[in-house]
Amino acid sequence: MTSPTQKEISAEIAERRDAYAKAVADGAPRMDHPHRDYPPYRSSVLRHPKRPPVPVRDPEAVELTGPVFGHTDVTEWDNDLTRQHTGEPLGERIIVTGRVIDRNGRPVRGQLVEIWQANAAGRYIHQRDQHPAPLDPNFTGVGRCLTDDEGRYTFITIKPGPYPWRNHDNAWRPSHIHFSLFGTAFTQRLVTQMYFPGDPLFPYDPIMQSVTDDAARQRMVAAYDHDLSKPEWALGYRWDIVLDGPTATVFEEGR
Amino acid sequence: MLPPTPSQTVGPFYGYALPFAKGGEIAPPGDPRTITLHGHVLDGAGQPIPDALLEFWQAGPDGSRSGAPGSLRRDPTTGAVIGRDGVAFTGFGRVPTDADGHYALRTLPPGGPPYISVCVFARGLLHHLFTRAYLGEPEGDPLLDSLEPRDRKTLIATPERDRVYRFDIRLQGDENHEETVFLAFD
Ligand SMILES: [Fe+2]
Repeated sequence: MTSPTQKEISAEIAERRDAYAKAVADGAPRMDHPHRDYPPYRSSVLRHPKRPPVPVRDPEAVELTGPVFGHTDVTEWDNDLTRQHTGEPLGERIIVTGRVIDRNGRPVRGQLVEIWQANAAGRYIHQRDQHPAPLDPNFTGVGRCLTDDEGRYTFITIKPGPYPWRNHDNAWRPSHIHFSLFGTAFTQRLVTQMYFPGDPLFPYDPIMQSVTDDAARQRMVAAYDHDLSKPEWALGYRWDIVLDGPTATVFEEGR
Repeated sequence: MLPPTPSQTVGPFYGYALPFAKGGEIAPPGDPRTITLHGHVLDGAGQPIPDALLEFWQAGPDGSRSGAPGSLRRDPTTGAVIGRDGVAFTGFGRVPTDADGHYALRTLPPGGPPYISVCVFARGLLHHLFTRAYLGEPEGDPLLDSLEPRDRKTLIATPERDRVYRFDIRLQGDENHEETVFLAFD
């Protein structure tokens, strides 16, 4: 089986973007999330349900509550990915910070944020990642923290490199950091990816482009924030995360 | 209402980050009430999915829904995961499928409605999926009552032997198999 070319994948991406734009123009609701059925991302073809999900509107649903985490689950150094080994990792040191809030703007407090990423050369420390870029003995690429009372998280890391993958011929992922987030309800669970502003690989990447709504896609891109940058030390990026989904507290007064 | 941050696939490389030691052992060790929930995660060709990650959330055996911290409890000296303390019931589990696309969870039966909530992540899945594993067929359950019998069946874990339940998850149906019912909360 020959791999599709980038040109073929890009044509499929454009086709779906145009179909979405037309649907919205014809009155269809905007989509905040990716299409689960998104053939330009080939692995989605056999891994998406063909039937729509069944709505659950039971106010007693267990999913309206969710798991909790605490200081036993995270150590103080887990949010600094540059200090997990004896030496310093290679690459551009960065600070990534932002707030985790719900759709009403309320902070998600004391919740677990987990991240993972490639090293500066675009290589994951995963045995399935065998592309010919160097591993960095001083970088694992995994971090976690709890949000503070304002819902804020902060990580110190290095900027991950772009990397090739096998979706199609000459496929490259833009630089990204994987994020895993919990809200106050299990319904708010989110796994996503943070991208870096101005990356020239955005239009070629079917994973990012699976979010066909332009404004929604832009919400996955962090902002460079010069006030966050620290002289002689690190560049700052700000990325706020808004969790979707209802919670048990939505109808409670005073929350 | 603020627009939400979009979901993206968990991808293939979460293995160093998300799974943790004893992630599927929610039951305190040695508790005689312990049950096992296990099965395969399968794609639309009926093939097992070796790179899926399942998360479980449930009420405690007393029906409480507050959970407890400590699922990923760490050794303060080494930072390594040492697992739950064997006392608190955290209600949360996380299990990656193995090379055969199989998972197993050991937990206590939830108090209240007899279901365990399941969240599915996988390479190739751009937005996670929610479903439920029912350990019985309660009367008057709003979700089960809303489903056709063949769909309803996909949510009922099959008792295999004493305290062992089988629950397969099919991300996509085929001619011979019903797709698992997935849930939307909005
Ligand atoms: Fe990645």
